[in-house]
Amino acid sequence: MNRPLQTRKLLTIVCEAALEKRLETELPQLGAHGYTISDARGSGAHGRRDAAWPASANIRVEVLCDETVAEAVIRHLEARYFTTYQLVAFLSDVQVLRAEKF
Amino acid sequence: MPFEPVILFFLLGALAGLIRSDLRIPAVLYESLSIFLLLAIGLKGGVELARYPLGDLIFAALCVVLAGALIPLIAFPVLLRAGKMARADAASIAAHYGSVSVVTFAVGSTFLAGQGVEAEGYLTVFLVLLEFPALMIGIWLARRGEGGGDWGKVLHEVFAGKSIVLLLGGLVIGWVAGGEGLKPLDKLFFDLFKGMLAIFLLEMGLVAASRIGDLRRAGWFLAGFAIIMPLVSASIGITTGLLLGLSIGGTTLLATLYASASYIAAPAAMRIAVPEANPGLSIGAALGITFPFNLLVGIPAYHWLATTLHGVFA
Repeated sequence: MNRPLQTRKLLTIVCEAALEKRLETELPQLGAHGYTISDARGSGAHGRRDAAWPASANIRVEVLCDETVAEAVIRHLEARYFTTYQLVAFLSDVQVLRAEKF
Repeated sequence: MPFEPVILFFLLGALAGLIRSDLRIPAVLYESLSIFLLLAIGLKGGVELARYPLGDLIFAALCVVLAGALIPLIAFPVLLRAGKMARADAASIAAHYGSVSVVTFAVGSTFLAGQGVEAEGYLTVFLVLLEFPALMIGIWLARRGEGGGDWGKVLHEVFAGKSIVLLLGGLVIGWVAGGEGLKPLDKLFFDLFKGMLAIFLLEMGLVAASRIGDLRRAGWFLAGFAIIMPLVSASIGITTGLLLGLSIGGTTLLATLYASASYIAAPAAMRIAVPEANPGLSIGAALGITFPFNLLVGIPAYHWLATTLHGVFA
């Protein structure tokens, strides 16, 4: 019994680690069923973020969700965090099994 | 020479950072070391605290907190008017300088121990008490007139933050268990303390070197502030210490506490409470200039001043 693959959104947020606790409470409130957070480092508009200590640590948050939730989260980030925090967010289409999970 | 060898590890870290060495202290080690240092400082203070009647401490603690509150209130208008900084930046930097640095305190204690100078053990209580009032003042300065503010979140961030939990927890454990009770733990928490501090300072040297770029962008005013402000704060500390009748060691440590600028607890709290403040400025000044200044010049100078004035007034 091969179930078909379905399309969902993968929302990726790369931001400073200071936002982790906030996103953990806000993402479920905005309708996300789950998320994955990993430590990250890199470089961008705000220079190098080398994760040598908490103040220069980044995280990458990945959320699999439908388009409505993805839109809601990205609008929320735009309103609350885009101007004052170091943060990028982007959406992509991904193929998943068991789409009802997301 | 009144020079504390652990400081050389800080210099080594800074040098490694400046020559772009591939030396990196893993983030987990940084976390582990800070947990160890906070617990050890708390325990040590708790053991000492058991030797004093708590009632006597309340008045002194109140004076220390009130005098300490002067620091952000002095720093803020200077940064705002003379430094022409944005309100949020001035408030955030004022909070960093009003709050205290645990590592500077640890180096100060180690310095005094190396000189054979005794200090009142309950200074650790002041360390805990001085950490948060300045953060509250900083947030109030930034948010004054706007109303609102995320007080609940900030209070939680500060009081449930690991530095308060571990310092206070260690203090209570040390106080309850007493010196005898802690004997089996002495080897880990007290004998190894200096070595652990040395590795932590190596890491802080690396991080401090990486903040130099921020400072270059911030300009000369902030660099000057980062040296003059600790001297002003240390004077308040020495005056308070003398008025309270603290020993030379205690007065030196109180001056060191006032002179130090937080670069662990304050950045975390300010990032959440005053996000529009540029963390590069406050961390750059506190860690890039004030911290090394206190280590290399400040602590011996405060000790000298405390000794001299103690001779005059006591």
